[in-house]
Amino acid sequence: MSAVSARVRVRITVNGTPREVEIEPRRLLVELLREDLDLTGTHIGCDTTFCGACTVLLNGRSIKSCTVLAVQADGGEVSTVEGLEKDGKLDPVQEAFAECHGLQCGYCTPGFLMSTRALLSRTPNPSEEEIRKGIAGNTCRCTGYQNIFKAVRAAARGALHHTAQGGTGN
Amino acid sequence: MLAGGQSLIPLMKLRLSRPSALVDLNHVPHSAYIEPHNEYLRIGAMTRHAAIEDSPAAARIPILHDCAAGIADAQVRNMGTIGGSVAEADPNGDWAPVLMALGAEVESIGPGGRRTVPISQFITDAFTTVLGRADLVREIRVPTPGARCAGAYIAFKRCAPVYPTASVAVQVKMVDEDFCEDASVVLGCVGLTPVIAGEAAGALRGQAITPHAIERTAEAAMAAADPQADLRGSVDYKRLLIGALTRRALLAALARARGDHVEVSHEYVGR
Repeated sequence: MSAVSARVRVRITVNGTPREVEIEPRRLLVELLREDLDLTGTHIGCDTTFCGACTVLLNGRSIKSCTVLAVQADGGEVSTVEGLEKDGKLDPVQEAFAECHGLQCGYCTPGFLMSTRALLSRTPNPSEEEIRKGIAGNTCRCTGYQNIFKAVRAAARGALHHTAQGGTGN
Repeated sequence: MLAGGQSLIPLMKLRLSRPSALVDLNHVPHSAYIEPHNEYLRIGAMTRHAAIEDSPAAARIPILHDCAAGIADAQVRNMGTIGGSVAEADPNGDWAPVLMALGAEVESIGPGGRRTVPISQFITDAFTTVLGRADLVREIRVPTPGARCAGAYIAFKRCAPVYPTASVAVQVKMVDEDFCEDASVVLGCVGLTPVIAGEAAGALRGQAITPHAIERTAEAAMAAADPQADLRGSVDYKRLLIGALTRRALLAALARARGDHVEVSHEYVGR
């Protein structure tokens, strides 16, 4: 059995920037992000497709980056927690989590932020059930979730508010 | 063969699967589609659960939406595919019981050409299908249910990302509001393959649907279940769960056959 496979080239756009990485085909997207691109905001929690700490967006849809091979993302667009902040301004989802104390230790937070971002992009005004279902693939062992739900509601209100004002301004 | 990878990659991490090479099917053109076609709804093997969840064509067969909308969590539904689920034949998988209740067929392709097999014959044992080593699932064909036909699928799980503890798919064909012409009851997670509960369906077929008939159906489903005790529950617990899920799935299917809008799917704490 060969210990190391030949590297293959993976071209992906990460947070708007085209990147090209030579990587062993066995390696995971989360490893590419953290180890090759030094984007350590995406966390590895359980490494078993359970906890959602590694959630990123691939072509606009949330996925668990510990359960996607880096080569599967070839040609795709990836958004990570590092890309949420724009021009020194936090994303409304980040603001809402900070404001509502939607985190304690913070380990799971990047995954929750990305799942919330994905939920609100598709469902800008989610019902309580849609919120709970939308982030059910993310596990938090500190908060008991109540402040996370509050944060998602607040983020949805904030986003709606911004839209009503005709954009967030520059 | 790597489809969505949501089962295969975790299995590889545990070294339960050690393939020397993987072929990524994600770039195969025309492999993800949901198309009504004559008497069938055709679903391409690489169609993601999320695409079925969002599909207006699939929503016309509500039992498909019940299943697609509740598999694991949003992230897994965005990657996982119906073809991968069927080909893996995990006894805890969601699609097989639903597709069996609907009488769906699986079209595969391989060196010997294409062949189409009813899904009840396609899955032969736990994690085992009729596919040869060089065969692929190409398409799932779901017969379009006729008038007064309706189904429902309810799975119970402890939380979103895990496999269900038990699940029940019910499909009925009614003559009128009260009289059932044909029925199918399939149980998930309580056998090496989905359990086609023939006696449970027999308690409905050709019968007036009374509370007594519903109770006989649930009891027959409980008797047909062959669960294993594990961390998700004891044998007795899982059997009770099958009874409860059968009643609820049947009531939802009957309401839908009357034209009512009923939403059911996977149930779990915190939903």
